[in-house]
Amino acid sequence: MPILVEERRPVGPPPPIKPADRGGEGDFGESGSAFPLSKGQIGVWILLTAIIMLFAGLSSAYIVLRGVPSWQNIELPSLLWPNTAVLLLSSVAVELSRRAIRRDDIQSMKSWLAVGGALGLTFLIGQLAAWRQLVNAGVYLPSTLQSSFFYILSGLHGLHLLGGVVALGIVLVMALRNRLTSLRYEPLKLCATYWHVLDGLWVYLFLLLLLS
Amino acid sequence: MSESHTGEHVHHELGFWRKYVFSTDHKIIGIQYLITAMSMAVVGGTLSMLMRYQLAWPSMISPTLGKLMPDAFAGGVMKPEFYVSLVTMHGTIMVFFLFTAVLTGGFGNFLIPLQIGARDMAFPFLNALSYWVFLLSCIVIFSALFVTTGAPLGGWTSYAPLSAIPAAGPGQGTGVTLWITAIALFTASGLMGGLNYITTILTMRTRGMSMMRLPLTQWSLLITAILALLAFPVLLAAGILLMFDRMGGTSFFVPAGIIMNQMPIEHSGGHPLLWQHLFWFFGHPEVYIVVLPAMGMASDILSTFCRKPIFSYRMMVYSMIAIAVLSFVVWGHHMFVSGMNPFLGSVFTLTTLLIAVPSAIKTFNWLGTVWGARIRFTAAGLFAIGFVSMFVSGGLSGIFLGTSAADIQLQDTYFVVAHFHLVMAIAPLFAAFGGLYFWFPKMFGRFMNETLGRIHFWLTFIGVYCVFFPMHIIGIGGQMRRIYDPTQYMFLVPQQPVNVFISIAAFILGAGQLIFLFNFLFSIFAGKRVLERNPWHATTLEWTAPTPPGHGNFGEELPVVYRWPFDYSVPGEKEDFIPQTVPATVVAKQ
Amino acid sequence: MADGSGPGRVTLSVVGLAGLLLVLIIASLYLFIAQPFWFPPLASEHGGRIDSLFGTVLVVSGIAFVLVQGALGLFVARYGANGNERAAYWHDNPKVEAILLITTAVILTVLVFMGQRVWASIYFADQPQNATIIQITGEQFFWNFHYPGADGQFGRTDTKLITSTNNIGLDRNDPVAKDDVVSVGIMHVPIGKPVRVRLRSKDVIHSFFLPNFRLKQDAVPGMGIEVWFTPTRAGQYEVACAELCGLGHYRMKAALTVDESEEAFNAWLKMAAEQQ
Repeated sequence: MPILVEERRPVGPPPPIKPADRGGEGDFGESGSAFPLSKGQIGVWILLTAIIMLFAGLSSAYIVLRGVPSWQNIELPSLLWPNTAVLLLSSVAVELSRRAIRRDDIQSMKSWLAVGGALGLTFLIGQLAAWRQLVNAGVYLPSTLQSSFFYILSGLHGLHLLGGVVALGIVLVMALRNRLTSLRYEPLKLCATYWHVLDGLWVYLFLLLLLS
Repeated sequence: MSESHTGEHVHHELGFWRKYVFSTDHKIIGIQYLITAMSMAVVGGTLSMLMRYQLAWPSMISPTLGKLMPDAFAGGVMKPEFYVSLVTMHGTIMVFFLFTAVLTGGFGNFLIPLQIGARDMAFPFLNALSYWVFLLSCIVIFSALFVTTGAPLGGWTSYAPLSAIPAAGPGQGTGVTLWITAIALFTASGLMGGLNYITTILTMRTRGMSMMRLPLTQWSLLITAILALLAFPVLLAAGILLMFDRMGGTSFFVPAGIIMNQMPIEHSGGHPLLWQHLFWFFGHPEVYIVVLPAMGMASDILSTFCRKPIFSYRMMVYSMIAIAVLSFVVWGHHMFVSGMNPFLGSVFTLTTLLIAVPSAIKTFNWLGTVWGARIRFTAAGLFAIGFVSMFVSGGLSGIFLGTSAADIQLQDTYFVVAHFHLVMAIAPLFAAFGGLYFWFPKMFGRFMNETLGRIHFWLTFIGVYCVFFPMHIIGIGGQMRRIYDPTQYMFLVPQQPVNVFISIAAFILGAGQLIFLFNFLFSIFAGKRVLERNPWHATTLEWTAPTPPGHGNFGEELPVVYRWPFDYSVPGEKEDFIPQTVPATVVAKQ
Repeated sequence: MADGSGPGRVTLSVVGLAGLLLVLIIASLYLFIAQPFWFPPLASEHGGRIDSLFGTVLVVSGIAFVLVQGALGLFVARYGANGNERAAYWHDNPKVEAILLITTAVILTVLVFMGQRVWASIYFADQPQNATIIQITGEQFFWNFHYPGADGQFGRTDTKLITSTNNIGLDRNDPVAKDDVVSVGIMHVPIGKPVRVRLRSKDVIHSFFLPNFRLKQDAVPGMGIEVWFTPTRAGQYEVACAELCGLGHYRMKAALTVDESEEAFNAWLKMAAEQQ
């Protein structure tokens, strides 16, 4: 390691130290380096990328099989329309919750979060009810290609949304214990991101099924 | 906020189980991955020995084997279904549970925080979880070898409808279900790992460690993790659809009108080619998921033992990115004769030969690294040089296969087997061996035995060429893949001596690996102790940490980085290497 | 110092590695030039184009192989650690890189075009007129060859009619099917006349592989795929399955006879018809 040289010229200066910079130790959801996104944000986007790729694979299978001569469209259960509205409303609620904490309105944050979670659960129950509608009409998983896709796509989406509901619940508990402040609310931010993307994913899947 | 970790863990003393078994320390997790993957290698390797035994002596009666595996042998002769399930399990275990796991899970976990100057991964608990899910997936796939109805026999590629119809063959029932389950678990484990690798490399680099000062190992691990993130979920999608075809009565991959064993199979509307498209959309990036970390590691190790910077670091990075991007548009070259539109065949030929260009650049750069070097022939260095030779051999045979018209004759022959083994199995194996010999001192505080290491290298280098080079020839001669008995075909009988030669070479090669295993395990406990932090005189950050690094890796202060990792043999310097943490020097002329 | 430098060891590694690379080059040159084992004897018209393409790629990649492995061996021999010499710090040469990159790209592009001409001549050419047409149905684990007979028309097939003696479910009541021939495991074609083959599968994916004819095409259930070839040499040949289809994949072979004349072929067809 020791170098004997006369001249001392730096090969390359390290970047300037930022205030919160602890050089790589960030165990607390904050960036330890100059990267603009926090660990949590990157983590949630990585998770969402994987989920999107999963549905991209399933979508491409859908599009390919859509061209098969024996394809038959099913009548989508009517409950899907109000259900989608419920999910969109839940996204609004979660977003309102996020904005509330930004202006330090802890009470609103908690309320909207609870509303969002409740609406999410309602959506999931509604999806199950939609399945029941379809079963009552005699359309089951193996009935046609589109019905197979419908059950699998909505089922997988529902499972991932359930994960989001659980996460929302955990954030709600944190909020109730007053652990979130306007300066520290990353868990809520991450949850909201996940929620909105999954919301959008359902709209996309619904359209895919509708527009066949 | 809260106090920083110090080098010696001050919070509380962890018991044996929390410290060495259920640890969230990336180094322990990395070693766990390594040991588990090596165990799977032993399983996968043993399966291939059985395959080679059958191929060389197809009608051989072996009372011993018949007694050891009564379900697999009838009257001392291997059953055809057992042979094909050997093929399936060998491929599955090696591709996923050895190579993907050892390179990204083993070396990735151990090296990423150390080489970027971080104390641990971004999500240590999730990291530990990824290992335990991986272990579970290993247990599931291993159990497929023992189910009474047989291990799956559809090849590691598990084409539908063979894999979609349980009645299509023994092992296609429970065996395939276990296969899909193991792959799904592996995917989950890989995702949790990838989350860590990407987040850690992007956000937890120490001061001064800009992206263009990362060792190539880190670049390769980052790019690989992104590839895996995009590719594995598509495999999972395919697996989910396959599972439903098998158990839910759906028909994604199964068309109407199938008659199996004189019985009609009630399905309609599915398309077998859809499985192939989905599988290979994942499958082609997967081979780069295996080979990219190998390239990164081999580059760094080569540079260290050539005492010379890697040639054209920038192009090495760009070419890895180019390979990764292009890997998503070449999948059809596995499907030239599949019945897909021939126009697509033309498109995929173009993209496939295009992806050869960045690989060629990397080869020239490795050569450029060795030119003018001052080579230290340690075991690690030998394997790094051997990597280059293997990659060149395997890569060139890809050109034949990429030109779709030649592939008509060569598809599903041993020419393909030779190609993918050399480029996806042997080259990464050499890189992994190099990595093990190289980083073993840092992991365990002891050296592996150099003499045994060199013997291992010579045996392996000669062995793999004796095994895989002749496979090109019998493939040209027309020997098909996955054939239980080549002598069934008169046109293959004259080539049978080559099969015998390959098998004998394979047995010797396999035995040679026992030397490595012995060396590895023995040296953990009784190897020569390492008394310094940087025994190889390398430049990267892990060599500034204690040997072995404690929890938190670097002591009180995290390292600060002032230069790239390739300042070897800088003119005018006393030492022939300058670690990344050294701030001042005479600026070298380019 | 654990760097391996020391008189005896360095020499052995240098000699060993460079020597082995030399042996590799010589052995591979021998195998690919002397060809102790090589392609099955060619028996089709388009196969010659495939063999030529293979030969071209062989020359190109062979030269690359010798140059690169040779360079590696030479550098290993030349640049082993020796005394206190330093390595060269030289690690960038954009000009050389650019030249190598462009040369590689050009060579590969040429290969692509050459290959595509052969591919196009096989797949984008017009269907041959006046061909022998055969419907081939693969199943676990044999090949069924369905000939249309003198009327040139295939009888109707229906999966519901499949029995153990009627593998492809041919409707024998169909008037057009009266002269059809269904042959299991035995295929005949007359020399010099194009053969159009329509591939189907009853159960899983198989692959119709004629090694001597440089023909390979997957038979996919749910699809009917047509390929063609023109036999140029009379004789007996083997047909193989080239896609894993189950435990009997290894024995899914058939016998192909290229008859020396149209008359010989018709004679066989007549004899086979009598056995239907």
